[in-house]
Order: sequence, then structure tokens, then C-alpha cells
Amino acid sequence: MAVTDKTADPAPAAAGTSRRPRRRRTFGGRNLAFWYFVGPFLLGLIIFTYIPVGWSAYLSLFDARNTVTPTSDDFVGFDNYVTMLTNADFRRSLITFSVFAAIIVPITFASSLGLALAVNKVRIMRAFFRSVFFLPFACSYVVASLVWKMSIFAGVRYGMANTVLGWFGIENIPWLFGNDPPWFWLVIATLRLWIQCGFYMILFIAALQQIPEHLYEAAYVDGAKPGWQTFWHITLPQLRASSVAVLMLVLIAAYQAFDEFWNLLPNSGNVPYARTPLIYLFHTSLGTSQDLGRGSAGALILALLIAIVTLLQGKILGFGKPEGR
Amino acid sequence: MVSTQHRPKPVGYKAGVGSRASRIANFIGLCVIAAVFLIPFYLIVRNALSTTEDITAPGWMWFPTEIQWGNVAELFNDEKVPMARSLLNSAVVSVLTTVGTLFLCTTAGYGLARIPYRHADKVFYAILATLMVPSAITFLPSFVMVSSLGWVSDLRGLIIPTLFNGFVAFLCRQYFLSFPKELEEAARVDGLGYWGSFWRIVIPNSKGFLAAIAVITFVTSWNSFLWPLVIGRSSDSWTVQVALSTFLTAQTVNLPQLFMAAAVAILPLVFVFLFLQRFLVQGVAQTGLKG
Repeated sequence: MAVTDKTADPAPAAAGTSRRPRRRRTFGGRNLAFWYFVGPFLLGLIIFTYIPVGWSAYLSLFDARNTVTPTSDDFVGFDNYVTMLTNADFRRSLITFSVFAAIIVPITFASSLGLALAVNKVRIMRAFFRSVFFLPFACSYVVASLVWKMSIFAGVRYGMANTVLGWFGIENIPWLFGNDPPWFWLVIATLRLWIQCGFYMILFIAALQQIPEHLYEAAYVDGAKPGWQTFWHITLPQLRASSVAVLMLVLIAAYQAFDEFWNLLPNSGNVPYARTPLIYLFHTSLGTSQDLGRGSAGALILALLIAIVTLLQGKILGFGKPEGR
Repeated sequence: MVSTQHRPKPVGYKAGVGSRASRIANFIGLCVIAAVFLIPFYLIVRNALSTTEDITAPGWMWFPTEIQWGNVAELFNDEKVPMARSLLNSAVVSVLTTVGTLFLCTTAGYGLARIPYRHADKVFYAILATLMVPSAITFLPSFVMVSSLGWVSDLRGLIIPTLFNGFVAFLCRQYFLSFPKELEEAARVDGLGYWGSFWRIVIPNSKGFLAAIAVITFVTSWNSFLWPLVIGRSSDSWTVQVALSTFLTAQTVNLPQLFMAAAVAILPLVFVFLFLQRFLVQGVAQTGLKG
């Protein structure tokens, strides 16, 4: 992401045949042009991102329940941060997230790459396969949760998973209720995998098609065997940039998990064993307690954590260098 | 790096193309996975057109005993479920969000890419900085803002805060940087200013890119849940996702009706996928360039 276009547009000086007199491009005129292109967007960004984040940072220093304009009596300094960081529920939600990420990130990465390789290899019906694997992206997490909860993983006999298990004489499993054993992770992981796998597959297919053919030809000439050997030594290194991008996108998306936890788990996801950070923040700040001060502190902690993880991951995987991709 | 010699090219020697047997195994594997991927869609359709008795029958029924087209009318006539209203809300929100995002982000992206201005870099970094903070985390700060504007349970609150998408603006800037300058210079000579050449030259020659951004924005907007849940406090401002969720977490559920609602909710997007998939795939490939 380099900013290298300072020299853009040497405005044409010749204006001999101009029909419009206002075409004189002085420096002031160009500034004005810049602002009517970028100004509206920037104004909106300030109103709907910068001011809210600043306001939220301000609220996080107050005991702000049910109010967005606390008085100076409510000032509590960094108490909200201390409370959040020492709060067992909030810390547990961060652990929940880590478990979730540890499950979903490698699985999504491997399956989307695997699908991309398989689709790239097949010679007939390629467009069909690509469409089928991509189609789940049309489903929202709400719709998918509905199908997973009410049909596939319904904890009763007519649920599809239990029907299939029943054919092998296995008793009904209450997939989504209870934490022992934690079957709900299977439900949640398969759901997210189904929705997002095709999306990342598309990214990998695009990257696979960028790999120059002559690399494979050269490998062939040098006696490399098709299959694992070329995969390890050519395909995977060539996919490095996309792999890093996919890993980061999956991880950031996992951090923000909300929809399926809300819709699948009992009590709108407000269960101690599987509360994600966003679910916890939602219930803290907009639930019955309406504690906007603590919610804001939590949101900022989470934002900071994501920023750190993103930067670290970028550093470790060599992303974010000048012209990262 | 191995050097490329001029030797006879092995025909069809591409990534992982192996023996005939491995190709057949690959094909069969793909068919099986494709069937598994389609199961949820099959279940939506089956359940939407069944009776409750069919769905909950002790033995698995692959098809309803009789197709219940009446479930459609039943869904829309049910006064407890504001399905028609929420579909309308979703359509209005998604269309306006797409149009607004496209307008604001393309103009901003073009300005950043093409108009030399002393502080352009600073503005660009101010936009990039917002990408570091995932939008889902800002739901609370944004809610604080929207509630003080009085836009809770209001379509304005659902639409306007989502229009200023730093990531889309970033994509647009990158795209316009690679737009051939010669075309615009010709327009300049013909007497068009920045505004004129943007609308008459740049936009008409960027239809593929714009369609990709538009489709991906539309799909994201239609499927979004957290923000509409935060803002849509009263049922007449529910989007279809919020209505479905409310329906799903209700105490008693009418299974066929629930699945009919799901079918109706994904129908617009299935159309998008059928007819605009090319742009969608392109949009995803572009989106993924982020990181």
C-alpha cells in the first residue's frame, strides 16, 4: 500500500480551444476539486467513525449507564478498563474466541485451498463446481443458522444428523444444548466453513491462475514429479501472498463472530461456555444493564487486540511490506 | 530458480494435473462434496414446501407427501410476522446502501488517485487507519452516535452510517490509479474538468469494476445482521435477517413457515448469483486483495 502518486496528473497546460472558461486550473481550483470529490466521504467518515470512536473512548472513562452524556460526577478514570480486564466473563470470551479461531482458521484455510486445487484440476463442469461451492455465500449466517439449528442439527429424531446416526443405531445427540461434550463447536464450525469456504476458494483459484505455466514446465524438465512435489515447491510458494491474505481475513472474521452464536445458542448466545467477545459486549452495553462505559472500554480493548494481532501476523508472515501484494 | 530451456512443452502439464485415475478420483470427490454443499438448500426447499407432520415424521422423508404451495400465502398473511415489511426494508436498505456507497467511494477514490493536492496523502492515511478497526467492533460507538441523532429504529440509521466504507474507497483508489490516463487527458483537451471527465469518461469505462463492487456491497448489505439488530429496535424497522432471527428464537416455531421465510430471504441473492456471478467472482477476487 504505497502512496506514490504525488506526480499524478500534469494538468494539460494548453487551453486554446476551450469552450468553458472555468477550466483554468490554478492550484486553488484543484484543491477545490479535490474536496468536492473526497470531502463528502471524509465528512461522513469523521461523523460516523472518528467521532463515535472518540466519543466511545470518552465514555469508557465514565460510569455511563443508560446515558451517552455522563456528567463529571460519573468520571471513573480507568476503572472500566480494570473491571473489564479482570472480569472473568470477558476474559473467558477472549478464550472462547481463541478456541474458535484455532478450530476455524486452519480448517477453512486447508479446505478452501483444497477445493481450489480440485476445481482447478477438473476438466469438465468446472464452472458448475465453482458455482456450487460459492453458492453458500448467498446465505446469511441467520439463514444458515436456521437450517443448522432446525434441520441438520436439530437435537430430536427428525434432525438430519440424528437421522443418519440413527441408521447406525446411535442415540439422539442434543447438538446445541449443553457443554458436555461440546458438540456445539461442530455445529458452529461446519456452519462457518460451509458459508465462507467457497469465498476463499475463489481467491485461491484467482491466484492459482496467476502462476506462470513455465514454472511447471521447468520443474517437469528438471524431473519433478507432478503432485506433492510440484505442490510444495512451486504452487504453495507462489500462493504465499494470497495465503497470508486468506489467513488474515479468516482470523479477523473469526474475531468478529456474532451472528451464528447469537442465533444458534440458547439465550441469544449469552451462555458462559461459548460467549464470543462481540456477544459479550452486546449484552453488556445494550442488554438489560445498558452499561455503555464498560462496553466502550471492552470494545476499545478488543479493537486494540485485533490491531496488534493483525500487525503481528503481518510481521510474522511478511505481509505489509511496501507493495505487500 | 530453475531456468526455462527451449524443450518440447509437455502438453497439459499444469498444477496438479496427474494421471487419468487421479483425475477421475478428483472428479468423483468433487461431485460428493458438491452434493454435501447443496444439502442445506435442499432442506430449505423441502421444509418450506412440507407440512409440519412431514418434517417431523419418524422416518426420514426426502420429499413432501404433497407440495404445499399454500405455505407462501400463509407466511405473508401471518400478522404476527412482518415478513412483507421486513423484505421491503431489506430491499430499500440494500439498494440505497449500494447506490450511496458506490457514489461516495468512487468519487473519493478518484479524487485520491487523480487530483494532486498537497494533503492528499494525509487524507488517504486517515481513511486507511479506519481499516485497522473492524467495523463490527465499532457497532457500539456508532450506536452511540446514531442514537443521539435520533435514528434508532429508523432506516436512516440503518443506511447512512454504513455508506462511508473505507475499504471500498481504498479499492476504488487502487482501481483508478491503474485507469489509463490517456483517456482522461483526451477529455481534458476537449474541455472537461475533473468532474466532467469522471462522469463522462471514467465511470462509463469502468462498468465491470463498478458492477463487481455493487454486487458485493449489495450481498453484504442484504446479509448483514449485527448492525440491523442494534438499530432495528421496533418491528417496523426490521430487516429480513432480524425478522428471521426473531422468528427463529421465538418460543414456538411453525417449521414450514420458518423455512419458507428463509427461502424468501435468500431468493433475491440466488438471482444475483445466477445472473451476476461473473461480477461477484470478480468482486471477491478484488476484495481479497485487501489483507
